[in-house]
Amino acid sequence: MNAAIVGIGATDFSKNSGRSELQLAAEAVSAALRDAGLTPSDVDGLVSFTMDTNAEIAVARELGIPELTFFSRVHYGGGAACATVQQAAMAVETGAAKVVVCYRAFNERSGHRFGQVQTAAAANIDNSWSYPMGLGTPAAMVAMFARRYMHEYGATSEDFGRIAVIDRKHAATNPHAWFHNRPITLDDHQASRWIAEPLRLLDCCQETDGGVALVVTSADRARDLPQKPAHVKAATQGSGPDQFTMTSYYRDDLTRLPEMGVVARGLWERSGIGPSDVDVAVLYDHFTPFVLVQLEELGFCGRGEAKDFVASGALELDGDLPLNPHGGQLGEAYLHGMNGIAEGVRQVRGTAVNQVADVEHVLVTAGTGVPTSGLVLGAS
Amino acid sequence: MTDKTAIEKEAARIAEQGESAPRLARDPVNLPMINNWLEVIGDRHPGYTEVAPPAMVQVWTMGGLHGQRAPDDPLGAMMKILDEAGFTSVVATNSDQTYHRYLRIGEHVSVTSSLEDVTGPKKTALGEGWFVTTRSTWYVGDEAVAEMRFRVLKFRPAEKQETKPEPQKAQAIRPSINRDTEYFWEGCRNQELRIQRCGGCGLLRHPPGPMCPECGATKPKYLVSDGRGVVYSYVVHHHPQVPGKQTPFVIALVELDEGVRMLGELDGEPSIGLPVEVVFTKVDDELTMPSWRPRADR
Repeated sequence: MNAAIVGIGATDFSKNSGRSELQLAAEAVSAALRDAGLTPSDVDGLVSFTMDTNAEIAVARELGIPELTFFSRVHYGGGAACATVQQAAMAVETGAAKVVVCYRAFNERSGHRFGQVQTAAAANIDNSWSYPMGLGTPAAMVAMFARRYMHEYGATSEDFGRIAVIDRKHAATNPHAWFHNRPITLDDHQASRWIAEPLRLLDCCQETDGGVALVVTSADRARDLPQKPAHVKAATQGSGPDQFTMTSYYRDDLTRLPEMGVVARGLWERSGIGPSDVDVAVLYDHFTPFVLVQLEELGFCGRGEAKDFVASGALELDGDLPLNPHGGQLGEAYLHGMNGIAEGVRQVRGTAVNQVADVEHVLVTAGTGVPTSGLVLGAS
Repeated sequence: MTDKTAIEKEAARIAEQGESAPRLARDPVNLPMINNWLEVIGDRHPGYTEVAPPAMVQVWTMGGLHGQRAPDDPLGAMMKILDEAGFTSVVATNSDQTYHRYLRIGEHVSVTSSLEDVTGPKKTALGEGWFVTTRSTWYVGDEAVAEMRFRVLKFRPAEKQETKPEPQKAQAIRPSINRDTEYFWEGCRNQELRIQRCGGCGLLRHPPGPMCPECGATKPKYLVSDGRGVVYSYVVHHHPQVPGKQTPFVIALVELDEGVRMLGELDGEPSIGLPVEVVFTKVDDELTMPSWRPRADR
């Protein structure tokens, strides 16, 4: 694609920001534009995704962005993170806009907490087959998949725990991470309380107050801007057969994420690279079990083999597939995948705190269990 | 001496003292207080310009914000005894007043009180306690103008249950129901577990929808399931609290014998492959919820 991410910006990541969600959005967008060497008057497109309270026009007002020719909002919450970049890249390629900013900002810990039972969500007719039965939190919905996955492949709670340990290890050396200097052991994971068996507390990501923004423009224009561009090699969305939001329980196989399989096919096809060409993987980690399933869907290992792949040390910073060098959402912050895209950009630039050597390609995925999306970012 | 005997003995002693000394009202019967009272109560009767509403009688002799009971007040004395015996909570149960005549503005009333009856211990919904009845008489000079029999329950609060209170059915999350799904919930009300069956090709489908993804027909019908199946997967939910549920609880994804999967709470020890059957629980007239229990014949 002829598009690149040329600016990234974020607020601090906290549990109580002390300011409005709109202020967080405005601060993040402002920081991303400064990073890109652009001004609000250069912006003519804004993209966010559902479950964000900041309207595009409100963000434009705060920043003093005079005119917008493209604004879009992608569905399915965290599954839309990488799709915001796809929207921006398509807008840039088609000429719908020249500079598009993707943003996400919320007080998800001090304000509306996504980990609680969203009683209002039961008004959705699809949710009427789960919420009234008592299945009303994201953790519990993922746990239903995880239990079947364990049954089919002999995976254990410890296999899930290893993902949390890696994320927290990487977060421990990232000063921007909420869990900076706070690594955990597998014993800590095993000792953490049940949230929704088979998920423990440390299988579940944190809740964060904060904002992240990304600036997308054409590769041509990127050449004239100060930062090394992170080229959008491929960006795609994915929805699978008989798709539901978090509760696709009625398909043949509960051990898979077919929507991520759709994303994987699209990414490899359009970027021209394959799993072995990926230097860094930023995989969406709101709950540990789905990181294992993603490794399988994306083709890094065979079905049911993720537990062995993880145990082999492949996901360490010096392994074959360094995972979430920023600490992921379990370790750094839960900005619904947007902080992971920012990390992908830093890895391509060579400016990450836990920098992997000679990064050519970074794979980034978005929320799992829902219709999702993914990105391949490239250095050239 | 048991508590019961001791309390009865003290009650008899207080009752024998008879009427307490007259306690004079803070102010004479007056128009400003009458007007305030009428306003608060919402009584618009125009006649209270020279006499007070009879039901105000207790108002005249109220102790005020910082009032203290007189040492010979029988109710205060009886409360103290019951407090010491562990019956520390109180709730008023009856108040019967008799008015002999209207009180006129300017009259200054006084009140006396005596202990009429102490009965107990009785088991009540609030806890075990004693009913204490006093009789108060209001006077203008020597003339009795009103009387009141007043009863309280002085009780020992029931032990706080260790377990959490039963969740209110009303709190439970209710399904949204539309014309595509109404047949299912109607089935539950009739103790039937219904599975959508395409009127064109016969495809069984859950959750249901208006158009068959197999043949495109838009004439969904249903069959009534035997309500039997096996657990395909399950979750034991611990945190956070879920409206209408008591944690931990189990939600099972059940594969029915007819071939479709369905979610429901499972009352029992879960395992994959566990044979279960449907149970219907009526929430109210509109809503009956299906759930699962292990099969006896497994």
